[in-house]
Amino acid sequence: MNIIVVGRGKFVYFLARTFLSKGYKVTIINNEKTECRWLARMLKATVVHGEGSSLQILEEAGAETADAILAVTPNDQDNLVICQLADMYFHMTKTMALVNDPDNEEVFSKLGISEAFSTTRILSSLIEQRTGFENIINLIPISEGKVNVTEVTLEKNSPSIGQALKDIGLPESSLIASLMRRDHLIVPSGSTILEEGDKLITITTPENIGKVISILMGEENS
Amino acid sequence: MSKKQLFIVIIGCGRLGSFLANRLSRDGQSVVILDIDKSKFENLSAEFSGFRIEGDAIESAVLKQAKIDKADALIAATREDNINLMIAQIAKRIYKVPKVMARIFDLKREEIFRQLGIETICPTSIAGDVFLRSIRNMISLPENENLQ
Repeated sequence: MNIIVVGRGKFVYFLARTFLSKGYKVTIINNEKTECRWLARMLKATVVHGEGSSLQILEEAGAETADAILAVTPNDQDNLVICQLADMYFHMTKTMALVNDPDNEEVFSKLGISEAFSTTRILSSLIEQRTGFENIINLIPISEGKVNVTEVTLEKNSPSIGQALKDIGLPESSLIASLMRRDHLIVPSGSTILEEGDKLITITTPENIGKVISILMGEENS
Repeated sequence: MSKKQLFIVIIGCGRLGSFLANRLSRDGQSVVILDIDKSKFENLSAEFSGFRIEGDAIESAVLKQAKIDKADALIAATREDNINLMIAQIAKRIYKVPKVMARIFDLKREEIFRQLGIETICPTSIAGDVFLRSIRNMISLPENENLQ
């Protein structure tokens, strides 16, 4: 695996160090000369000084033979253009961008960047998950929030316990994708009987999530 | 018959942005101009009767505030190529603004992004063309004289 990382600061240093420890070949593009010297001294990575959104610099960094590029500069516009150039000019299939403004996550995906991640959103949803209602955890939003992936843990008094999945009356366009029972993964069928403590991964549309939760866990929880 | 008034969003109030904003506003178009630096609005003349918005155009919320969804045309004229490229793509592909133009300084980048259907204007190549034509005229002039 041959990865180009574009960005600055400790984040890039630790990221590159992690990749190197996995045996990947890492090239860093950084636009600050003193930081480049420091990175080159500290890491067994190739360090290229310059702007990551310049074709010449990308070429110097070996974009033609790299497997993936990770654009993590503090500027959304630079991260976007870096990934687009890598894709259009160097035909790199794996391009990933850091998005500083969480609203731009949607913008990036509409502009064809397959992997855009917002640390702001990841951190804030982590905090919500940790402090929120623990039996229902919203996992990743998919397709710009058109699909909900939710983890539901069945409690003692959940009405669905003891029933087969096909009998609980789940609405259309909802699915129990998997079930964790005492640390074992079960891919459920219609005849699977629900038990207390089951952790269900449900996939639904946002309109149906309330109904699915009330079927599984009872009205007061929905 | 009176012509329809256009709603034009201009990003960047530097020399080019403010020039366009002043002219278009004088021509009677409805103009919104956006810049991250408030002091740049000093470039606007008394002719300008449009709206000014202070903010970072890379923030989605700021573009919405400028009513980009209603724009007939958008001109991205900040001094940063990548900002212009990003905003132009947002305007064209997400908000379907009918006419989108971006100033791009880097020739190579201009070529690539033109493939995405964005109208790009590269001052370097425009100035370069003018100079080249002028130099070539100088070379061809003596030849013409010889012919006569």
